Amino acid sequence: MSLAHDARVPARPALAQRPARTWPEINNPAAWIVAAILVIMPLIANGFFLIEIFATALILGIMALSLMFLAGYGGMVSLMQLTIAGFTAYMVAVFGVSGNTNISLGWPWWLAVPMALALATAFGTLGGALAVRTEGIYTIMITLAIGAAFYYFTNQNWAIFNGHTGINTVATPHFWGVNWRADIPFYYVVLAVAALCYFAVEYLARAPFGLALQGVRDNPRRMAALGFNVNAHRVAAYAFASFVAALAGVLQVWNYRQISPGSVSVGACIDVLIIAVVGGITRPIGPFIGALIFVLLRTFALDFLVRLGLDGNRFRLLIGLGFLAIVFWSSDGVIGLWQRWRQSHRPRSDRPAGGRGHG
Amino acid sequence: MDSVAQRLSAVGAGAALELRGVTRLFGALAALTDVTITVRPGERRAVLGSNGAGKTTLFNCITGDFLPSSGTIRFFGEDVTHFPPYERIRRGLRRTYQISALFPGLSVQDNVYLACRGVSRGRFSFLRPGKNDALMHAADNLVQAVHLSAVKDQRVAELAHGQQRQLEIALALAGAPRFVLFDEPAAGLSPTERAELIEILTSLPAHIGYIIIEHDMDVALRVVESVTMMHNGRVFKEGLPQEIQSDPEVQELYLGGGHD
Repeated sequence: MSLAHDARVPARPALAQRPARTWPEINNPAAWIVAAILVIMPLIANGFFLIEIFATALILGIMALSLMFLAGYGGMVSLMQLTIAGFTAYMVAVFGVSGNTNISLGWPWWLAVPMALALATAFGTLGGALAVRTEGIYTIMITLAIGAAFYYFTNQNWAIFNGHTGINTVATPHFWGVNWRADIPFYYVVLAVAALCYFAVEYLARAPFGLALQGVRDNPRRMAALGFNVNAHRVAAYAFASFVAALAGVLQVWNYRQISPGSVSVGACIDVLIIAVVGGITRPIGPFIGALIFVLLRTFALDFLVRLGLDGNRFRLLIGLGFLAIVFWSSDGVIGLWQRWRQSHRPRSDRPAGGRGHG
Repeated sequence: MDSVAQRLSAVGAGAALELRGVTRLFGALAALTDVTITVRPGERRAVLGSNGAGKTTLFNCITGDFLPSSGTIRFFGEDVTHFPPYERIRRGLRRTYQISALFPGLSVQDNVYLACRGVSRGRFSFLRPGKNDALMHAADNLVQAVHLSAVKDQRVAELAHGQQRQLEIALALAGAPRFVLFDEPAAGLSPTERAELIEILTSLPAHIGYIIIEHDMDVALRVVESVTMMHNGRVFKEGLPQEIQSDPEVQELYLGGGHD
């Protein structure tokens, strides 16, 4: 009897059976090693690598993480995540202190930042409320339209956004005797915010809100037939994702100390999508991997191409080819390739049957 | 006394579900025409009819997936004609789908947990359920009730068809259902699974009424006390199972269909 029963329901290792009840990374030595390396990075890397590569990749990763949350869990592809971050950056510059004294209100950073975060979250939630009335490609079109409209608006508005020159010499926080924009303190600020966002998304994926969002992704009609207000859930997801993107926007304006329309262009909006897709949108680690690849290519492809005797400006061609290869061979990005490689190097009995594991 | 009773029954206060003159048009096509049905609380009824008779459209109008073009729908006396689906579900209405409508990317347990969460508070909660979460226990019990405990941590996409049909029923029984619409729950089930289904349906608490769409007369007539026969979007006949079964016109419709 029991044999027959076992044959019908094959026994599996406990880890594969209960994939996400606990923190999946806690039992993963690779995750601990990566975390340790990130923490001691200032001992290894010089200022250039620390800020231009790792901090920049983490900031872009947070933006892409907000898209991963919407797209991976909610099935909503939003191209306005960078616009929300850029809007936050502008608001930090407008409410805070900058070289453009005729525009900036001169608030201290601890007032300007919460204000910017609140306004950007409201902005993203409103955009989301528009976007959830549509599905699929129309969501992409509406959010892209919002991004494009914001780009042209910042170019043409001089009263608040200072036109195409943007706002320069934005002040960064100094307190407790620390210049928080100095390389090492800033790296740790960025790392802390990135870790917070990563674990928040990871945690939320298994909380009722995140589970319901995945339900909405899989079958919105059934979710309504289970008592969920599907549109309200989608708008709430946009609100959360907007807040995450807004955090990245604050870090971005502190990183470059300036914000101009070039940072919120349509091309930059699409870069966030590329980062998320290349890294993989099924798990929150994907966007950070995608962002690191993107930043490394952007920084070093130029030298590499010149060394090969090609035009250095073709680095986007490399990114584009990489993007095509990823989309062609692995619909869940680099983490999907990694998972499949690991599964193929594992004894057969260990292999979980599901390809896509959430959370 | 009489006038009070009349007024009460006039607004359908005694009925679990009351449809009056419900019509649903798709362009020029009338999927439902002037359907009037009253179902008592706890009553179990089958809706029969050939393909295109309007059975599933009837369900979609009752749950609010489609709004009726005209007519009114009352649920335990309350006019829900223009309510969105989730408001009707929160009032105790449930349904299953003819083609399983599950969440393939989530585990069995999470599917049922979502169903329990949908009809309770904290749908937007950012906090993970703890070890003693009441809804988690409710979900566990439901999973057990439909014999899916052995696969509760598997993704739904990996389940066999029969298991998906059982999960489909579990989702509809979450919380405190007062009235359930079963849309061909036996579709594609093996004889053993059919027996299990009949057992689940007959062991439901007496206060839970339901309407079941079922082509298999053996299943349908064993689990209901009344039958509504639909034809071309209209109510064709209502009565007890044995009356309907022996009705010559019904036999003509059902058996006559076989000659086409």
